[in-house]
Amino acid sequence: MKILVCISKAPDTTSKIAFTDGNTKFDETGVQFIVNPYDEWYALVRGIELKEQHGGTVTTITVGTAADDAVIRKALAIGADDAVRVNTDALDAFQVAEEIANYAKDKGFDLILTGKETINYNGSQVGAMIAEHLDLPYISLATKLDVNDGTAKLDKEIVGGSQEVEAQLPIVVSCAKGMAEQRIPNMRGIMAARTKPLQVVESTSSGQLVNFVNYELPPSKAAVKLIDPDNMDELVALLHNEAKVI
Amino acid sequence: MSVLVYINSEKIAKNSFEAVTYGKKIGSVTVITNGNATDEDLAELGKYGADKVLVDRNFEGTDSQQVTRLVAKAANSLGASTIVFSNDLVGKAIAPRLAVRLKAGLVAGATQVPDEEGKIKVNVFSGKAYGYVKVESTIQIISLLPNSIQPEETGQKATVENFDGEVGTAGLTVKATKKPEGSIPLPEAELVVSAGRGLKGPENWGIVEELAETLGAATACSRPVSDIGWRPHHEHVGQTGVAIRPNLYIAAGISGAIQHLAGVNGSKVIVVINTDAEAPFFKAADYGVVGDAFEVLPRLNEAFKKFKASN
Ligand SMILES: Cc1cc2nc3c(=O)[nH]c(=O)nc-3n(C[C@H](O)[C@H](O)[C@H](O)COP(=O)(O)OP(=O)(O)OC[C@H]3O[C@@H](n4cnc5c(N)ncnc54)[C@H](O)[C@@H]3O)c2cc1C
Ligand SMILES: Nc1ncnc2c1ncn2[C@@H]1O[C@H](COP(=O)(O)O)[C@@H](O)[C@H]1O
Repeated sequence: MKILVCISKAPDTTSKIAFTDGNTKFDETGVQFIVNPYDEWYALVRGIELKEQHGGTVTTITVGTAADDAVIRKALAIGADDAVRVNTDALDAFQVAEEIANYAKDKGFDLILTGKETINYNGSQVGAMIAEHLDLPYISLATKLDVNDGTAKLDKEIVGGSQEVEAQLPIVVSCAKGMAEQRIPNMRGIMAARTKPLQVVESTSSGQLVNFVNYELPPSKAAVKLIDPDNMDELVALLHNEAKVI
Repeated sequence: MSVLVYINSEKIAKNSFEAVTYGKKIGSVTVITNGNATDEDLAELGKYGADKVLVDRNFEGTDSQQVTRLVAKAANSLGASTIVFSNDLVGKAIAPRLAVRLKAGLVAGATQVPDEEGKIKVNVFSGKAYGYVKVESTIQIISLLPNSIQPEETGQKATVENFDGEVGTAGLTVKATKKPEGSIPLPEAELVVSAGRGLKGPENWGIVEELAETLGAATACSRPVSDIGWRPHHEHVGQTGVAIRPNLYIAAGISGAIQHLAGVNGSKVIVVINTDAEAPFFKAADYGVVGDAFEVLPRLNEAFKKFKASN
């Protein structure tokens, strides 16, 4: 089975969020970048497990600049076979998806896996966009994925519950919690990752369709109002009269 | 300006009314939908500003490929310049596909209508900041974050017409659907009661569930609690779980780690109950109770019951 896993980098979950250049750019000063958690914990690990079961290859793809190589090596250390980086600073999800679809279209991948969403832009868009480019079925927010004889069986989240679905490969799947357990790369994996192939290809996209013009931080929150633990009637009264939420 | 709004008519819920209300603020609204809702139910969308509802009852909306073809056909035949979705699980699977099909820019998770310059506010960095996005293409697709605007009743009844989306075959087959009876889906819940490791063990969740029941609230939990199996996975909120924005979020025995806050900081009002006055969650809270959840939760439950009885 040929599996492609889409890997993006994201600021470490504890990063302080700030902006520069008149609030038009994310301030990367002092920010640690990690593999976007959904891509790593769910998409990549499940891809590797399926390869371990059925044989085949796991290739990662990242649309980004050389600054992303450290994150790509981490994905290789966890167990991907090789990596591709489309060398461009992608500006929106449309462009990312077009780059990935253009790369993937004649390579015969059986499965294209993405994370549920990136934790910086939270768009949850790229997977569905790749699927439309390639005219493939898209299973969003899958929590379980098994493959048997060219048929994929999946569990996916739906509004208010879950659904069991089947589809013929090739398909595009976005991966959510439940799919797999996080794997910590071991020393051998880290050493091997240094020499695994990382192919850099040039951008082919037609450009962006949306533009993040500027950013803003939320107003700082007023100090918490403390309520005596013996006086829950007061809390209820405040929620009713002041906050007006009940 | 002609606005097309897609709604998932399997369940015409509050977020459908929000999407129609949002569309109405931009132009004249036609709704496109599929599924089995009655003409009568669909006509009700007129109240929120829809002039017309187009419905294709020949297929269920479980396959994103088919729904995308339906909405694209409706958008083309109408010459719609704005297409609105609710950014729920259905919208998330379809809106990006449509963006590619129509080569139209998508603003995912909009929280406001476009300003004078056409910029649209969205949440970024898991709610830790806002971004202002502008669409560069002639058609714009906007998916509206649930619970960011209130439905407004501005009209009467809409006319309902059948529409053939020529959607082709489905790329996936549904084998089973599970919807737990009675429980309120977290992403839609307006009131949420949540607990963390401070509750010590799964056997202690009774006090959380009782409070939720009194309030008609959904239950949630922190990540470690679902990781160790005290609570089901779908209750896990935060950066790597579900992001929610209820009107009221009550958190007991949760420290308020930044990754937890990332999933709940869109809540309108936050109440934190924690024995440790230094717990970081108090900084993000509107109301705080420094105390033992095992005592405070039952007391709060009694207080809500008393309030309900007298209101
Ligand atoms: C990449 C990454 C992603 C993550 N994503 C998420 C996520 O999506 N969601 C999430 O929740 N976490 C997430 N985490 C974990 C997060 O960092 C915290 O570890 C977690 O939220 C802590 O859970 P907790 O507050 O239940 O437990 P603890 O941190 O152990 O806190 C327990 C709290 O209960 C209080 N307490 C103890 N006894 C009582 C009592 N009797 N009454 C009242 N209070 C009491 C304590 O004072 C303490 O504040 C993530 C971490 C990483 C690294
Ligand atoms: N620059 C990128 N390179 C490769 N994959 C990406 C990139 N951005 C997003 N993805 C993938 O698409 C998923 C959804 O991203 P998003 O639509 O930005 O929420 C992520 O979880 C990744 O798997």
